Amino acid sequence: MMKQSMSGESPLLKVDDLTVGFADRRGFLLAANRVSFSVPKDHTLGVVGESGCGKSVTLRSLLGLVPYPGEVIAGSIMWMGRDLRTLSKKELERIRGKDISMIFQDPTSCLNPVFSVGDQITEMLRMKLHMSRQKAFNRAVELLDRVGIPSPKQRLADYPHQLSGGMRQRVMIAIAIASQPKLLLADEPTTALDVTIQDQILSLLAEIREETGMSMILVSHDVGVVAQNADEVAVMYAGWLVERGAAREVLHGPRHPYTQGLLNAIPKIDQVGQRNPLVPIQGQPPNLANLPQGCPFQPRCPFVNERCYSVSMELDRQEREHGSTCPFMDGEGA
Amino acid sequence: MSIHGWGGCVKSGKGSPLLEVHDLSKYFFTKRTVLKSIFGKPQPRLVALDGVSMTLNRNETLGLVGESGSGKSTTARCIVRLHEPDKGSVLFEGRDVLSAGAEEIRKIRREMQLIYQDPYTSLNPRLTVRAAISEPARVHGLVDRSGESDLVEELLLRVSLPSTVADLRPRALSGGQRQRVAIARALSLHPKVIIADEAVSALDVSIQAQMLNLFDELCKGLGLGMIFIAHQLSVIAHISQRVAIMYLGRIVETGPTPEVFLRPRHPYTDALLKAHPTIESQRNRTPALSGEIPSPYAIPRGCRFNTRCRYTENRCFSEDPPPVEVSPGHYSWCHVLPEFSSGMVTKKTG
Repeated sequence: MMKQSMSGESPLLKVDDLTVGFADRRGFLLAANRVSFSVPKDHTLGVVGESGCGKSVTLRSLLGLVPYPGEVIAGSIMWMGRDLRTLSKKELERIRGKDISMIFQDPTSCLNPVFSVGDQITEMLRMKLHMSRQKAFNRAVELLDRVGIPSPKQRLADYPHQLSGGMRQRVMIAIAIASQPKLLLADEPTTALDVTIQDQILSLLAEIREETGMSMILVSHDVGVVAQNADEVAVMYAGWLVERGAAREVLHGPRHPYTQGLLNAIPKIDQVGQRNPLVPIQGQPPNLANLPQGCPFQPRCPFVNERCYSVSMELDRQEREHGSTCPFMDGEGA
Repeated sequence: MSIHGWGGCVKSGKGSPLLEVHDLSKYFFTKRTVLKSIFGKPQPRLVALDGVSMTLNRNETLGLVGESGSGKSTTARCIVRLHEPDKGSVLFEGRDVLSAGAEEIRKIRREMQLIYQDPYTSLNPRLTVRAAISEPARVHGLVDRSGESDLVEELLLRVSLPSTVADLRPRALSGGQRQRVAIARALSLHPKVIIADEAVSALDVSIQAQMLNLFDELCKGLGLGMIFIAHQLSVIAHISQRVAIMYLGRIVETGPTPEVFLRPRHPYTDALLKAHPTIESQRNRTPALSGEIPSPYAIPRGCRFNTRCRYTENRCFSEDPPPVEVSPGHYSWCHVLPEFSSGMVTKKTG
């Protein structure tokens, strides 16, 4: 019922050379650097990377939610033919929460503790969809039921503190899908949850996507989560998107030394009892305010050579194909 | 076999184990209002640990896994008596930890060191790395001022930090470096047991791998016994020789890690393994486990997993399941004992 046909073949969202900078008295840093990707309809893009790699900032910048003193300083964010960067606050407000929704890592701090769950869902329905009070109430019951909350009518009167972490995340999802968005931005939606609850939430999101054809950008530090939920994977490091491609290709044949290192560093549950030492990535992630010259991964890279100091950091492949910013890795597959 | 008989039968190593925990229980009571106490309402009791037994040998790493609220950290804290357990016994090298006097417990704690999850809050921000690392040894009178810098030098080397960090304060260090300082600090007292409570959970994957390798080296090189608490199964699979799966204050399955992970015999273990996302596996169409962990104020009767279990029988709701040794050293507390293999389930009677 929610399926809406897209005009033509153009992607829902197309981001080009998105650059986000943070400036304060001490200096200036780029949290996201010429990041480009696109999300077609009914498609899930997974973004992986470690803390500070710019994955959350990139996601937030799409809706103009970069925290002060951050600022989008270059690039374009084309949403169905309109550049979100050029829209006025009011116009953006109409898209935010309606066509594009967002869920966050910590549902505790995203729900308002002094309003009941019902208030918070109906607020959304009344503001964005202009429903009447009664209609919004009925729809809220439906939504809570949809996200798997038992006895939804009673739960509407509950306050966030009366719910468990998993239930709160379900409420967040209910609010996010209330307006039947075309794109859901999920910023580490299961990081704060236990593995069995994570499994439930991810299954729920998959079900909703299947039903509605909603697209999703899933940001996570957990490669396993992204592997199981994304069609396409983008790997970020130090503000750069270093590799992008179909999930299977990137995770089974990484073409950037960082992706390869990341995959090697993960303990594998099926190698239980073998007790082989892990292969960590040497060194520390770089300081964003003081990036190394050339490729930001170069000080930790096992394949480093003198050309890495002047590499262009362009993804070497066309749209939709498996691309890497590292020109020196081909044939080295993991 | 009773639960009491079990504590003794897992002595896998030679000689007496380094640490023996037997039937450990811990309850927390919450306040009730004056009115409720006048009317004789019972004080609400949170069952954090209920009859947990385990042993740890020298040169061995025991993994503790479970969801939040399963009692992993409470176990750790009860072992070193940061919480006073309500029942049970803890023997460290044959010495009774729970009845030890003030002087004795100081000595015991010196030999059993805890490492915490968050290196941002577990280190004093005002102390330099040098002061943080040498402080415990100084307090316990193991070094004097002159021996301090040698000790710090040696420990920094041991945890692979450059000696130049000695004069920095924690805020100048990254998360991984801070956790190395916390480990160096724990090692400064030459402990025999290290209890790592989610010690790698806050770290990024690339740093986590460095830390896991470091823990592995330490365990081998210093002959330590280690209790490694984590919620990530892959971490436990990597680091521990034996594993105990905890649920709602109890151990539900324990045994050699490969045995438990490859041939689980408790539905909860199986669900945890199926819920764990990996690169290789496909996502299940339906969640591995429905529902949430019950409140520790109201523990279900019978088997405490019965609210979420797919294999329940009548007795699961009335009787507490006894431990059953399904293979040498591998125990499961389940009446039904289903056999699981690669998603296919065959139910075994008896």
